[in-house]
Amino acid sequence: MANALTFPTREPHQAFRLSMLLNDSRYRSYTIQIFVLMCLMLGIAWLVDNTVRNLALLGKDFSFSFLWSTAGYDINQRLIEYDTQMTHGRAALVGLLNTVVLAVLSCVLATIIGVMAGVLRLSGNPIVARLTTVYVEVFRNIPLLLWILVFGAIMSEAVPAPNAFKGASATASMIFGAVAITNRGVFIPEPLFARDLGTLNLGIFQPSLNAVAVLVVVITCILVNRALMRHASRVQSQTGVRPVTWWTSAMILAAPPLLLLWAFGFHLGYPELRGFNFQGGLQLRNSLIAMWLGLSIYTGAFIAENVRAGILAISKGQTEAAYALGLRPGKTMRLVILPQALRVLVPPLISQYLNITKNTSLGLAVGYMDLRSTLGGITINQTGRELEGMLLLMLVYLSLSLIISGSMNVYNARVGLKER
Amino acid sequence: MKKSLFLVTVSAVALLSGSAVAGTLDEVKARGKLNCGVSSGTAGFSAPDAKGVWQGFDVAFCRAVAAAVLGDPMEVEFVPTTGQTRFTALASGEIDVLSRATTWTFSRDTDLKLTFAGTNFYDGQAFMVKKELGVSSAKDLNGATVCIQSGTTTELNLAEYFRINKMSYEPVPVDSSAEGERQYQAGACDVYTSDGSNLASVRASFKNPPDHVILPEIISKEPLGPIVRQGDEQWADIVHWTQNALFAAEELGVTKANVDQLADGSDNPEISRLLGREGDLGKMLGLDADWARRAIAAGGNYGEIFAGNLGDQTPIRLERGLNALWTKGGLMYAQPFR
Repeated sequence: MANALTFPTREPHQAFRLSMLLNDSRYRSYTIQIFVLMCLMLGIAWLVDNTVRNLALLGKDFSFSFLWSTAGYDINQRLIEYDTQMTHGRAALVGLLNTVVLAVLSCVLATIIGVMAGVLRLSGNPIVARLTTVYVEVFRNIPLLLWILVFGAIMSEAVPAPNAFKGASATASMIFGAVAITNRGVFIPEPLFARDLGTLNLGIFQPSLNAVAVLVVVITCILVNRALMRHASRVQSQTGVRPVTWWTSAMILAAPPLLLLWAFGFHLGYPELRGFNFQGGLQLRNSLIAMWLGLSIYTGAFIAENVRAGILAISKGQTEAAYALGLRPGKTMRLVILPQALRVLVPPLISQYLNITKNTSLGLAVGYMDLRSTLGGITINQTGRELEGMLLLMLVYLSLSLIISGSMNVYNARVGLKER
Repeated sequence: MKKSLFLVTVSAVALLSGSAVAGTLDEVKARGKLNCGVSSGTAGFSAPDAKGVWQGFDVAFCRAVAAAVLGDPMEVEFVPTTGQTRFTALASGEIDVLSRATTWTFSRDTDLKLTFAGTNFYDGQAFMVKKELGVSSAKDLNGATVCIQSGTTTELNLAEYFRINKMSYEPVPVDSSAEGERQYQAGACDVYTSDGSNLASVRASFKNPPDHVILPEIISKEPLGPIVRQGDEQWADIVHWTQNALFAAEELGVTKANVDQLADGSDNPEISRLLGREGDLGKMLGLDADWARRAIAAGGNYGEIFAGNLGDQTPIRLERGLNALWTKGGLMYAQPFR
């Protein structure tokens, strides 16, 4: 008897019939799924077959060997060593780095602009709030390409040419004698080291050893400072009194890097006008500035809306409760509102970062030599490898996006609600 | 049901891939329009006029092909292309012929799988600078900022020229001739480099052309001509011989004005063969006997097309130079119509 209760009685065996694939709800979903999958595979097979046939028809093969042939064209903005005698693969890498630099610069600036505009839009001051509303609505409702072209046109049409800085009757002058804004780009001072340690050879990348040393010291200082802060917090939770750390913290953060810079003979190299153009200093080309401003200000408008939504999502009761506990407004924002707002904020922020990265491919419009312009433009054009080039381009953008999305998801998991 | 859907898919695949094999001539005839890739706006070569009708040297050539093949020079769909999109447009079948001042080079002919249907313009790369700069030779351009159309042979020539002369420069890549003009005029670059004819065209469109000089150095050979896809010999022949017909017409004195009269009767047997009165050259090409007559009637012979779009009477004021007939010291030479 007990056995009969523990083991359910077996259902009467029913012979499988073909019509059950459609009529029986147990099998129907499988039928539909397999059918859709087959259609999808057929579609893919057709695309591949079509490509192979058409390539054969054109007498073209499928090969990536073009990446190892001489590029022959120049790239104006390069972060790694490159000249015309290097390969198409190298040119593509130069383009990729330009894409990454632009994406990083734009993500940072867009976040700053977005957070400021988002907070200001909630401001009690009606003028400030209205002005930010105008900014958000104007920028996010006009296509990005137009903004990029507008900034490109401003940079080439509305700023003085380098020879306006020349001679006694100069009509333009450098800002603080250090920054020159010209229609060839913005020239800013560059960091230089009197005692050069040479470069670190990492194959493709050859960073200056001085810069690497400074970076390592700065990171070490930050880590040491964090340990100090943790120690202070521990003392505070044990004794209730937080030790005074500001001056030790300042010493740890500032002294070693400054000493190192002094030892290296750090100084700034100022741009100066020679011949056709400014020489020396760091040149931020018009194309970079136009892309940077266009992308940041446009995407900043979207981020502003995300930020506003994130803050509004936290109920007013949270603020009131924090005030009731005696927290001041600054601490309320930092300790109560923002950590909760970030949860709402991070997922849409990820997609904005992805948008920025993908939108860098508009660079061609202002002649910015990103991956799309080098590999996807000139290289494809000179070698006739449209299919291979486009596939490679898609693969790179896909990987870039997945990396960003992956690392942002890790961050999201860290700020997310810890459910136990 | 599943089976029938599968069969439909298979036959659709077969049909779609089958249609790609048909010849360009049949496709153009079936469509009733010639798709012709041109530049997106270069005065004298290809640009729409005030009424929106495309005009220019490259355009006139497409009209001649359309007249020969379809009987009407206006049955052309002009597809504006940039330096970077032109070959993809041709390879993908978006256009039937590319008439866009494209340089005939070894690698384009072989590796890019293009067929050049002949040269209709002999050009060379030059530099244009503002007169106030006081530059008289390209050798003085060390350190200059140079505007250059991306994806062109000029880009490679430029890099090579500065490299062998041990000079440095800052390239500013632009997407089209119009963008290059804008950047150059705004002063975002010191120099604009392109084919000499293109520079002449650009300069002619400026408010004050004498303020700009084209430097004397010609740093490359740029034989320009129409292009078709490789692998369709009949279509390549049609484009090639239409172009030859225009050269031959100039050589034989056949003009837009007298082509109908000469077609009705001429003492010169080559004219008779060209215009379809004798022999059956048109049939050999897969066209009718009057093909060349229509092509010449569309915009005149080569000389008339040149004079009407680029010559002394136009703002561009190009001299014939190398583009004169071989009988007049130039390089234009039509293979015999026989």
